[in-house]
Amino acid sequence: MTRTRVSIRLRRIFAMLAPGFVLALFGVLLSALAWLGLSQPQRAAVAASAESLIAMAIMGWLIASAALALAAQRLFHDHVDVLAQLEEQTRIRVAGQTRQALAGAGGLEARALAVAISDLAAARDHLLDDIDHQVRQASLGIERERQRLAALMAELNQSVVVCNLDGRILLYNNRARLQYQALSGSPALADGAGAIGLGRSIYAVFDTKLVEHALDTIKRRLARGAGNASAQFVTTTRGGQLLRVQVAAVLDSADAAAQAGGEDAHPHLGGFVLLLDNLTRDFEQQSLRDQLLHAMTEGSRSALANLQAAVEMLEYPDLEPAMRERFLAVVREESRAMSERVQTLAQGAASGLKTRWPMEDMLGADLIAAIARRIDNTEGMLARVDAVDPAIWLHVDSFSLMQSLAYLAARLQQEFDVHRVDLRLSGAGEHAHLDLVWHGTVMSTETVMAWELDPIRVGGESTPLTVRDVVERHAGAFWFERERARHEAFFRFLLPLASGREVPAAAAATHHDSRPAFYDFDLFQTSDMARDLQDRRLDSLSYTVFDTETTGLDPSQGDEIIQIGATRIVNGKLLHQEGFEQLVDPQRPVPAASTRIHGITPDMVRGKPDIHEVLAAFHAFAHDTVLVAHNAAFDMRFLQLKEAQSGVAFEQPVLDTLLLSDLVHPQQESHGLEAIAQRLGVAVVGRHTALADAVVTAEVFLKLVALLADKGIVTLGQAREASQRSRFARVRY
Amino acid sequence: MAHKILIVDDEPNILLSLEYLMQREGFEVRVARDGLQAIEAIEQDAPDLILLDVMMPGKTGLEVCQHVRAIDRLQSVQIIMLTAKGRETDVAKGLALGANAYVTKPFSTRDLVAQVRSLLPSAA
Repeated sequence: MTRTRVSIRLRRIFAMLAPGFVLALFGVLLSALAWLGLSQPQRAAVAASAESLIAMAIMGWLIASAALALAAQRLFHDHVDVLAQLEEQTRIRVAGQTRQALAGAGGLEARALAVAISDLAAARDHLLDDIDHQVRQASLGIERERQRLAALMAELNQSVVVCNLDGRILLYNNRARLQYQALSGSPALADGAGAIGLGRSIYAVFDTKLVEHALDTIKRRLARGAGNASAQFVTTTRGGQLLRVQVAAVLDSADAAAQAGGEDAHPHLGGFVLLLDNLTRDFEQQSLRDQLLHAMTEGSRSALANLQAAVEMLEYPDLEPAMRERFLAVVREESRAMSERVQTLAQGAASGLKTRWPMEDMLGADLIAAIARRIDNTEGMLARVDAVDPAIWLHVDSFSLMQSLAYLAARLQQEFDVHRVDLRLSGAGEHAHLDLVWHGTVMSTETVMAWELDPIRVGGESTPLTVRDVVERHAGAFWFERERARHEAFFRFLLPLASGREVPAAAAATHHDSRPAFYDFDLFQTSDMARDLQDRRLDSLSYTVFDTETTGLDPSQGDEIIQIGATRIVNGKLLHQEGFEQLVDPQRPVPAASTRIHGITPDMVRGKPDIHEVLAAFHAFAHDTVLVAHNAAFDMRFLQLKEAQSGVAFEQPVLDTLLLSDLVHPQQESHGLEAIAQRLGVAVVGRHTALADAVVTAEVFLKLVALLADKGIVTLGQAREASQRSRFARVRY
Repeated sequence: MAHKILIVDDEPNILLSLEYLMQREGFEVRVARDGLQAIEAIEQDAPDLILLDVMMPGKTGLEVCQHVRAIDRLQSVQIIMLTAKGRETDVAKGLALGANAYVTKPFSTRDLVAQVRSLLPSAA
């Protein structure tokens, strides 16, 4: 700005002096020419009157120059000054400080320009207002949608968990929280905090492979253009419960998909929704019903056969009396046994909902390809896809079936040194034959029977299921056959075909549009977890902010933790509902002096879990987060001293609000938690319980992160590096 | 010469009827009460036809069937599976493992006799 002004001043002086200078130059040049054109006598005559001539010329030049300078100044004002002012006003207008019309001045054109700029600015204001209005409307709409969704979630009788593609939880309802608690096999420490939480990974609870398998199924369906892309699996939890998980896709809108860079018209997977159902009861009822039904039908067949045969023998007219009496005895015995059975069944018949294992329609070729991949993953094993009928659609639980085949292949390798298998699929009426074929080695029926009845174990993972269970689940059959002529042996699965076909592609397009748009949140951006932690922004990380209460200040002299409290920060928000608080039995006396500080008496900690149990639970709670504490060196020392004994190591990065505060306000005397809280305007209530202190620390931390950004400290790496330079960083415990 | 039939079932109540029936039809009948007895009887003196129950303690009918099919000199023995398992997949399995026919309980004795006769050469 200053430079512009200076240059304008210089240019003005130049503009005023320039005409005079040009005039002078012109006069001198003219005089010189005239002088050259003169003869000797003439020159003498001119020289005589030179003095007066020069005086007159200078006088004339001065007057003319002054007039020209004035005119130039005028012109400069009208065409340069006015424009410079206009520019300044325009800039102010652009900055949005004022909405006044521009003051026109100067020449006609300059005035017209001022009006035109004013019009343009007004039009822009109008647009901005409009955008503001629309943004407000849209936010209101989103807010309403969220409210509705929240209400719906709360009312839902089913557990709902929404995740992004990384498996991080973005949303869950209360029922999911309760169910999680029931499911986690760990003891109910700190009220089961830590199992579920925003930003936590769903894979802490579910096997990654199961979810990936379901997502693969969904992706395949999407790629084929199927509209109803969902899949399900059944799994057992650590707590021994049987859980049915339905996985539904959350799709990016078509626009987003197009932006993400594909000409392909298929919507992209943006995340997924899990619906959880506890099947344990249902399943027990189901198997009871199955048993009853089986006893009624299959169990009666033999008895009926006995009866019918005996009756038909009795119909022979030439039957000798002794024989007749024996057949009558059979009839009497069988009918009595039958009546008894019906009686028992009627008494035991329990009603219950009919639940099915998660059978899904699947293209046979897809299943075979997946099985081949799975077997190939086993070391030293090669699977080849042999003859596969591409038209076959199966109705199967693909996961358990894949496991069964991988298991059989593994046993072939281990026990019979088979390194190569072929997979075949062909139709057989209402069923299909899925064969696992190998060459050479032959085995006994007893071996096959044993394999069929052993629990499936693949690569260190074991399931309670057997191949027979899996086959029964499919209402199929399984056997071993050999073709001597071709030196071939194979396991054959007889599997049901799919009854209907999937929703064809044509119907799919409208299907997407009719889906209620509940995923209008900003939640589904894939997190940048993959990036190096050190380079990630402080405001994008997840934190566990914690505090400990102890029996004293010196852990190396036997002081112990008696309480751990922690809270979580995810996406820059303090999650008040996801706190961790647990008393610890220090297994030593609690000094009265320390009780005065934290208010925890020996009675309160007696019989509580010991530090190893609590550290394990706290470790799970803090999984995948950065630790934050006030004067963290102190708390970390306590944790580290237990590392060797409990086997629980806290290896994640640690931030210290004490050091961060010193970075932000180096001139301040006190960096005690209370002093910082006061300075940053954080309300302190109920201090000196571990959880309350952790919450204060967390709020202080959030304020500090904002202040650090002003100092150019934005990433975790920067914050840690800067912390090291603090004068407090050398304090050791 | 009469055809030799072996009846294998663990239920005496059906054995009684089947034994009487087949004797009446003019066959030379032996009975076995489980899979092991059956195999013993077969190896001692190969029958022309076996009526074989599937569900038996010890060795099941399917195992007996596989055992018989694994022995070359017994290839001509006809096997009829008698079973309470009526599912289509069970039928398929029985036939795959070498049974010539598969009869689901309960059955009509007249049909069974017809089935037996159709599997045996009518020389006698």
